[in-house]
This record gives sequence, structure tokens and C-alpha cells, in this order.
Amino acid sequence: MTDKPELDGHSGVFTTGHEWDGIRELNTPLPKWWLYINYISIIWAIIYCIFMPSWPGLPGMGYFKGLRHHSERANVAVALDKLQAARAANAQSLTSVSLDQVENDPDLLTFAMAAGRSAFGDNCATCHGSNGIGSIGFPALNDDVWLWGGNLDEIKQTITYGIRSGHDEAHFSQMPAFGRDELLSVSEISDLTELVLAMGGSDHDQSAATRATVNFDEQCSICHAEDGTGDRYQGAPNLIDSEWLYGGSRRAITETITNSRFGIMPTWEQRLQPWTIDSLAVYVHSLGGGE
Amino acid sequence: MTQKKTNKTTIIGGTKPGKGAKAHASHGIEAVDAQAVNSTESRELYASRVQIHPKLAHGLYRKIKWLLLFATLAVYYVLPWIRWDHGANAPDQAVLADFAGRRFYFFWIELWPQEVYYITGLLILGAFSLFLATALFGRVWCGYTCPQTIWTDLFIVVERWVEGDRNARIKLAKQPMRGQRLVKTVIKHVIWLLISFVTGAAFILYFHDAPTITPAFFLGKAPGSAYLFAGILTFTTYSLAGLMREQVCTYLCPWPRIQAALTDEDTLEVTYRGYRGEPRGPHKKKDSWEGRGDCIDCNLCVAVCPMGIDIRDGDQLECINCALCIDACDGVMKKIGRPVGLIAYDTEKNRQRHECGEKPKLNIIRARTIAYGSLITLIGALMVVGLSTRSMLDLNVLRDRSPTYVRLSDGAIRNGYLVKVINKGTKTRQFEISFSGLSDYSIKVIGQKITGKTVLISARADEVRNVKMYVTLPKSQISVSGSSIPISIDVSEQLADGKIGETQSNKSVFMTGMK
Repeated sequence: MTDKPELDGHSGVFTTGHEWDGIRELNTPLPKWWLYINYISIIWAIIYCIFMPSWPGLPGMGYFKGLRHHSERANVAVALDKLQAARAANAQSLTSVSLDQVENDPDLLTFAMAAGRSAFGDNCATCHGSNGIGSIGFPALNDDVWLWGGNLDEIKQTITYGIRSGHDEAHFSQMPAFGRDELLSVSEISDLTELVLAMGGSDHDQSAATRATVNFDEQCSICHAEDGTGDRYQGAPNLIDSEWLYGGSRRAITETITNSRFGIMPTWEQRLQPWTIDSLAVYVHSLGGGE
Repeated sequence: MTQKKTNKTTIIGGTKPGKGAKAHASHGIEAVDAQAVNSTESRELYASRVQIHPKLAHGLYRKIKWLLLFATLAVYYVLPWIRWDHGANAPDQAVLADFAGRRFYFFWIELWPQEVYYITGLLILGAFSLFLATALFGRVWCGYTCPQTIWTDLFIVVERWVEGDRNARIKLAKQPMRGQRLVKTVIKHVIWLLISFVTGAAFILYFHDAPTITPAFFLGKAPGSAYLFAGILTFTTYSLAGLMREQVCTYLCPWPRIQAALTDEDTLEVTYRGYRGEPRGPHKKKDSWEGRGDCIDCNLCVAVCPMGIDIRDGDQLECINCALCIDACDGVMKKIGRPVGLIAYDTEKNRQRHECGEKPKLNIIRARTIAYGSLITLIGALMVVGLSTRSMLDLNVLRDRSPTYVRLSDGAIRNGYLVKVINKGTKTRQFEISFSGLSDYSIKVIGQKITGKTVLISARADEVRNVKMYVTLPKSQISVSGSSIPISIDVSEQLADGKIGETQSNKSVFMTGMK
């Protein structure tokens, strides 16, 4: 066992001086480039610690904030403020003109559409689907069927206050739960279902539908109108078109008459800025069904 | 660090003059103690690079190289400052790659991102021109116009100005790093860094409006990318042209390898005419030139070589064909009264012809050069035709896919289309959008009151005008149609005098929702 470094004749490098089971190890120096990068990294780390937030848990000051007082969170706030400032002029003109006027100004329309599109994706698409294609229980916004009206101001009002949201200005309608509250018998509901199917032009039992006309006139026509065309003022759906919010099958209609539906849309007055609601109204109006 | 230093002296092509002793080569010519340190035979793996100190050459090719050095540098620094009117809302810089505005400007040409194939064409043209030049004249690109050569040359000018020519530099390099050597080294590197910085800073002028970005850059108001790229280019210029030099060409650059496939025995290359030069050796004034070669082994060709090779070893991968050895040798030949051209541009074939006693001749028209030439002509013609007949109106139609169609309450079907009318012109223009392939349809456009079946829109200069259109087909039309109806969306420019200008058409379909 040797413990003195020896010069290895073959490579010209000294050994470490240790021997393990007859194996000796060359004490080859680290590559220069590697070593220098290591030193530079150490120097860089020290500089970084001085200028950037580094040491945590300092008594009295939480963490050391660094000479630059760098904060990603503050940067985001600044960036958001900048964004708001950049949008300010357009947002201002959007809220100052009536919504009908927006479509006459191509630049303002482009702004409203872009802002509305992104706000729609963030807030509305969860229920109404991307591009407002809708789903069971959540109205499609791209067709020409509107429960509460489809012109710009009506759309804006719906977005602002919501539907059955609890806001004083919100749209509110309530269909009785004819089955659950025992206002009608099971067979009466069954007959009414056939009548509603008949109104929508679907396959139905004609004799059952005929039996239900008295009940329809007494219970339903107040809101849905005698011809079943509905009433926007009360938010009562049109029963004779081919669109069904909760589905047009026998089973879905029976369920609606028995237990009623009570879809809720929240009020956005508190959550979105007025100009965002304006741009949403313009965007939804532009999806194809706007009146 | 006990890296074994080998004392192997590799002597290539002739005798190596003794150290210190000024060897005599011929009357008035002293042999230079120069070694071809970068030639393949003398390079050793795992050994540090030996610094090359090229001597200043004088002659025709050096003059051409000075001229090209200043010309190319002038183009590089001046080009971004040339102004050109590209119309309203567009920058007025003649050459500009405007990434923020997504445009590429080159004098009268303005390219949109979708026309990037013109730049591809330009690159192909550049590549084939390089191939042709290489097939005819060997590595002219490397020797005269490659940025690596240009900037290395420039850096050697600085080096010579601060430290003196070859001999002074060699002497200085042997001194310890203090006093005079330290001062000169610092001055040299500072000037190098300044040149590098100017090089890097000039690069960003091609990507920003030059008169705007220059003050902004120094006031710290330029975008981060400007500083990043100026920094990267400063670093690469300094390290490639100042520190690495010939190693870039020998080890890093793929081009010397590729060129082996582009040259042939008819290519003009910097050649040592061995048949004339050998046997070489020192020559005394009274001695006869009979029975010996013209090469007096003065080693001047090695001393001026920036690549650190000996041209007398023949064609080498390291040789960039800068022709400085020709200048050096011709100067010597004039002094000793022998004909010039011992080292000259010549072809492999001519050397063979000489051996066979035939007359030398140049064979410029070969299958290779014809192929490159016709490809250049073809692609150039395609580019010229493409650019001169390029449409100033473009059209993209995006059909709504989510949902593909909407059924309305009366059973009618509605499809949505985003029509993008692209006005590449420099003025606001009026366009009419119409549909063909459908009958009895109605259209609706967001932001416009429509009365007929066509839409009139205006698009500003350099604008993509997005028009969202809804086309509705009544139920009666649906039942007789299949699942989709092919349609075409046509856009025609409406000129002031009522005539039709440019037109574009785009195919799409109308989805009926039928199975």
C-alpha cells in the first residue's frame, strides 16, 4: 500500500496515493472549462443573492428582498395595469356609445368582439359552450331562439343581472312543478306530454293530446300562450319550434312538467366591468342569432 | 497539470531554418522561421493550439481583399440606414425584418409571413450561386467574403496596428505578461471588443427602425431581445474573429467539407506549381537556376498564411484560398528575377496537362457549371415572375367548425364564415364579397346592414380585414341538398371608375346538417 502520490509514467499524471485492491487512481485535474464555469457560477450566485430576493426567514423582514426589490407578483400587477391602460380608450368609448352604434365603428367593433370573445371564454363558455353552442339546460346563444329577448340591450340586461340569480333586477320565472306539488295527476301529465310533443311536431298519441287540451288551456296557456308560442316577457319558452332547452324527448318533457326546471344564470354586475359586459353583449349578439 | 509536452518538430516540405540564425534563401531574401502549425500533420490531438502570427502581404490579391473588406463592412453598417417609402402605416426602412409587424421589407419588396417562400427562394439562389462560384473558382467565398474571414482580417489589422507585424508580435508573445505587453494586449482586446460591440449592435438595426432603436438602445429603452442579440453577436464576433480565428474554419465550419463535393479537377484553386518549384532550396546569387526549382524555400508563403499551413503541401482542407501566399511568392519571384506564378490560381487538370507537355487551358463550361447556372437562371426567373405578378389581394376563408352548422327555429340552416380580406397594397381599397354555389340564401354580416346578396367592405393599406358572415339556407333548400354543398367565396376589388380590379376566390362548403 502506497500513500505517496506517484508520477504515472504513461499519462504523466500523479496518482492520488491510495491503492484499492491493487488499483490506483490518477489524480487527473478537472477540465479547465468546467472549473471556470463552476467559479463563474459561484460568483454569479453571490451577485444574484445580493440583487434578487434570496434568504428566507429573516427576523423582522420576512425574506431578504434584494437590492432590486424584484417581485414577480408586483410585475404582474404592473403588467395588468398596463393592459388596462392600453384598453382604457376603447373601453371608454365602448361604454359611452349606445350598443347599436358599436357595429357602425369597425375599430370599436373589432375591439368589442376580441374583448367579448376572451371574456366569453373565461366566464360563459363553461355552461354555454365554446362559441355559445349551448347544451342541455344551457341555452345555445348562436341560434335565433331567445327566452328573454335577443337584441343588444336585452342581452346586456341578461348578462348584467342574470336569471333567477337573486338580484332584484334579474329575470325571474317559475313554472309550477305540476307532478311534485300534486297539481296534476300522473295520467294528466302523460296526456299533456303528448300534447306538447304534438305542438313541436314530434310523434305523439293524438287521443291523449286531445284529452290534455283543457288542462293546457287552464294551466299552461297563461305563460306559454294559447298557441304555445311562449311569452318572452315572462321568459316562457316557445313550445312549437324545434328547439328544446332541456331536450324534446317524451321523457324530458314529462320530467319538465312533473318537477319543473329552475335554471340559474348568475349576475355579472359585480364581477365584470361595465365595458366587459358591453363587449360580451356585442360578442353574443354577433354569434349569429342577434336581433 | 503535468500534461506532457511533446517536442516533436514536424518539418513539412523542406528544411527548417535553425533557430535564431537568419537563414539565407536567396540574394536579399531571408528565409522566415515560419512553421505550418495548423497543417494536418503538425496538429496534435490534446495539444494546445499554436498561435498564428500572419505577416502582412502586399500585392494584387491583398488589394482585392482590402477592397472587399471595406465594401462588405460598408454594406453591413450602412444598409439599415437607407430609407424607403413603404406607404402609410409602414416603416420607412429599406431593409427590415419587422418581427413585431410581421413583415419583411427589401427595398420595393414587402413580404407577408405567408410569403416566406420568397425568402426560401432567395436562400436557394444564394446557395446555388455559392455552388457555381465554388465549382469555378474554388473557395472564393471563404477567402474573400465570408464574415469569418472579413472580421478576422479586420481584427488582425488592429493587432498589427497595436503590436506591430509578425516579428514584433512573436517577440511580444515571448515576453512576460506585464509592462509593455500587458498594455498592448489590453489596448488590442479593448479595440476588438469595441468592434465586436459595433458589429453586434449593427445587427439589431436589421430588425428595428434604425434611427429609433439607436438612441433607445443607449438610453436603455430598447426591447430586451435587442440587448440579448447585440450581446450574443458581440460575444461571437470577439471570440470567433479575435480568439478562435482559423480554428473556426478548420474545426467548426461544415462548409470546407461540403466544398470537397463541389470542386473538381477543373476548378481554379490556389496552387503551388510543384513542377516549377521543386527541387527547392536556398539559392546563391551566382548559382545557376539550372537543375533546380524556383522555390528558394524562403517560407514567406507560410508566414503570410492566416490559416497556418504550407501551400506547398498541396490542396488542404485548412486552406481558405485567400491567395495571400500568391502575393507573397510573386513579390519574392520579382525580387530574384524569376517569373511570377510559382503559386497561382490553377486547376488540377492543368497540372496534369503540364506533366504531359500539353498547353494549359480553362474549362469553364462543364456539366456541373451548366447545371448550377441553369438552376440559378430558372429560380431567378421564377422569383422575378413571382414578385412582379404578385397579387396585392389575398383571401382566406375560415368556416366555423364549432358548431359546423346551426339549425334555426324554423328549420333553416345557418353556417358561419370568417372571411379574411388581405390588402397588401399601400392604399385603402374597396372590395365586394359574393357567394356562388348557393341559391335562395340570405347573408348577414356583423357590423354591416346588408340589403342584397353581396357585401361591400373597405380594407386599409396593409390590413387584414376580418369579415364575419352568416349564410342562411331555408328549410326548403336543405331537403334537396346533400350533407354539404360546395361553394366559393369571391372577392373583387371595386375601382373608383366602377371597374373591377384584382379578384380572388376561395373554395369552401356549406354544411346542411343532413346525413
